[in-house]
Amino acid sequence: MFMKGFRNKKYPPNFIIGAVITGIMLLLILMSFFYTPYDTTKMDSASKLAAPSLRHLMGCDNFGRDIFSRVLKGMQNTFVIAFLTVIIGTVGGIIIGAFTGYFGGLLDEVLMRIIDVVFAFPSILLALVFVSIFGTGRYNVVAALGVAFIPSFARIVRSEFIKYREMDYVKSARLAGVGRLRIIFVHILPNTFTVLVSSIMIGFNNAVLAEAGMSYLGIGVQPPDASLGSMLSESQTYLFSAPWYAIFPGLMIILLVLGFSLLADGIKAK
Amino acid sequence: MTKRGKNVLFASMLLTLTIALGGCAGDKEAKGSNEIAQTQTAVQTENTENTVPKTDAVADSHITIGVPQDLDSLVPSLSQGAGTQEILFNIYEGLIKPDSDGNLVPAVASDYTMSEDGLTYTFTLRDGIQFHNGNPVTVADVKYSIDTCAGLNGGDPIISAFSNIESVETPDEQTIIIKLKESSSSFLAILATVEAAIVPADVTDLQTNPIGTGPYKFVSRSLQENVILERFDDYWGEKAHIKDITLKVLADADSIVMNLEGGAVDMVARVSTAQAAELSDSFEVIEGTMNLVQAVYLNNTVAPFDNEQVRQALCYAINKQEILDFVSDGKGTPVGSSMFPAFGKYYIEELSDTYTTDIEKAKELLAEAGYADGFSFTMKVPSNYQQHIDTAQVVAEQLKQIGVTANIELIEWETWLSDVYQGRDFEATLVGVDASTLTAGAMLSRFRSDAHNNFINYNNADYDAAYANALASEAASDDAKATEYYKECETILAETAANVYIQDMCELVAVRKGYAGYEFYPLYIQDFSKLYITE
Repeated sequence: MFMKGFRNKKYPPNFIIGAVITGIMLLLILMSFFYTPYDTTKMDSASKLAAPSLRHLMGCDNFGRDIFSRVLKGMQNTFVIAFLTVIIGTVGGIIIGAFTGYFGGLLDEVLMRIIDVVFAFPSILLALVFVSIFGTGRYNVVAALGVAFIPSFARIVRSEFIKYREMDYVKSARLAGVGRLRIIFVHILPNTFTVLVSSIMIGFNNAVLAEAGMSYLGIGVQPPDASLGSMLSESQTYLFSAPWYAIFPGLMIILLVLGFSLLADGIKAK
Repeated sequence: MTKRGKNVLFASMLLTLTIALGGCAGDKEAKGSNEIAQTQTAVQTENTENTVPKTDAVADSHITIGVPQDLDSLVPSLSQGAGTQEILFNIYEGLIKPDSDGNLVPAVASDYTMSEDGLTYTFTLRDGIQFHNGNPVTVADVKYSIDTCAGLNGGDPIISAFSNIESVETPDEQTIIIKLKESSSSFLAILATVEAAIVPADVTDLQTNPIGTGPYKFVSRSLQENVILERFDDYWGEKAHIKDITLKVLADADSIVMNLEGGAVDMVARVSTAQAAELSDSFEVIEGTMNLVQAVYLNNTVAPFDNEQVRQALCYAINKQEILDFVSDGKGTPVGSSMFPAFGKYYIEELSDTYTTDIEKAKELLAEAGYADGFSFTMKVPSNYQQHIDTAQVVAEQLKQIGVTANIELIEWETWLSDVYQGRDFEATLVGVDASTLTAGAMLSRFRSDAHNNFINYNNADYDAAYANALASEAASDDAKATEYYKECETILAETAANVYIQDMCELVAVRKGYAGYEFYPLYIQDFSKLYITE
């Protein structure tokens, strides 16, 4: 199907490039669950801040830990956090958006005003408040970011539902006595798929960046564990003497985000 | 959260860069560039200031000093953090104060005498000494200050050692007589701490209006941002050289080098070796010792650390020299108990070899204690001290060898103070504990089972007895005997592995060229008045 799409030019080049980059990144992340060239926390005083070489593809950090291994682990952590965040955001967003969009009325008014208030704050700020109340750690970051992501999904889903609820097929389903929940989740929801997928992609990108930002501030993944953001943060001290320490985690953030952005663009264009 | 605010700059740089690529929400981007623009302006102003030739450096001079945390209190007697007290040292003075050799020299008092029996101290008030608000210091102010700290104005003694004060008398306008219940060799040293500073009796709210007699006076403060000080021109002693000082709070250790190189700050004390290595030629790095005991402090009442064998196993598992090599290129002095070299006669060097790294022995001890398979615990580390974070990572790695997992949890300094130090809600924490005076008690009194600041809940009857004996010997003015007992205390701490002792860290101070005069004290003190401008 992929090849066929390519031949028919059904998929724009953006999509193809995005798919390739994302594919490679996902493979690397998958690999990191089972294998990293070195133990990610193993210290080696002989190779403190060693430059990239064949032994250490991306060099070593200030404890002589292999940066390539840590970048793999960091990508895995960043990906898992972003993934869970998006799931919370999407599921929460779909539920709120579907009900408010389909039923309208008072429920819609109340929930959407609350959403408006939450939406007024940048998501990273909300997450910071959440973390300062409930403490640091990766699962708190997931919960914080996830909740902060709900409003944007809810709005998208709601507008789709408002569009679809007056459509003839929905009206006839209602007349035929189909249950409300069934109409919402079986009849309407699949039709919002295209819009939802591209906003999930964008949401995923935002989550990657937010996680990187939060770990960068020292409130995400705790040392000695790595995430791309925390590695960037740690590398800052060595920016001049060991630039590779900052370059590779930064590059991976860019690739991860770029891949998903291009994919999202491609899906939208289609 | 506000102190994280400044770091948002870097986060936003990151966000701006990547958001531009990802083509996402525009509001963050706008915010990011806005903040960058602001900082650039700040940097430019700073640079212009530096290039302007200083015709009269002493009359109009300025330095910005980076500090790792905001002041926890502006009231000297209520201050807790060493990082706060070392700064208040410049604003407040006691009757006497320490000099850079650790000697006690007269300050608000011009001289003092001690009676034969060690129970009566007579101080003569310095002639013409003034507070920052221009009012003369009177004996009433002195009496008020000491009485407050000793709890003689009602309430509990703020400085516990001052409960030993019987009375403070002021027979005339020049004389203050302090009578003690028992003689104490550490009394003068405690009197010299910034906590026992002399403050005006008629100023009730020092927290918003701090007034002392020190070489610098307080100008303003912006919470978690900065504190601004100005030279006190009517200072009784040698006046400070630099007129204006801005203390900039750099809560994020990662930003220190950037702040120095970018020109936002001119001096930072206690930079790490890694940070020092990053600095360009425009900085000078001065080396001294930090005068504190860095250790993994263990909560002795929480399982499994209530088991002596477990604590000893941890001590056998770590390798101090390896930690020094990783964290500070081998600089620093390994220690084995709660005492550091600057203490001279009290310090026992050999204790640092109480536990030489022996993984097998550590595993045996764990097995005997019933933890053959190891265990895991949480080690809380203040997020604003990069050296502690680095050390914690090496310690965690070393403990893995005996199957013990140390999960590092970074917490903010304020949280550390409230949860760990006061709340004692922790399993283990990696910090440095310093001394406010060069008396043995300053390091050792906290490990008495009933001490109010015994945050590790150490409870050892032998220790309490040895400490009581030391105090008794001091009261009998038998210094040699007291020293022996204090040494016994240290040895008990080492042998029972109260904590996993690591080192007295090397202290590196980064100073921009053009500034000089930084002096190391054997105590946790930064004396800004000695700083001057060379060009």
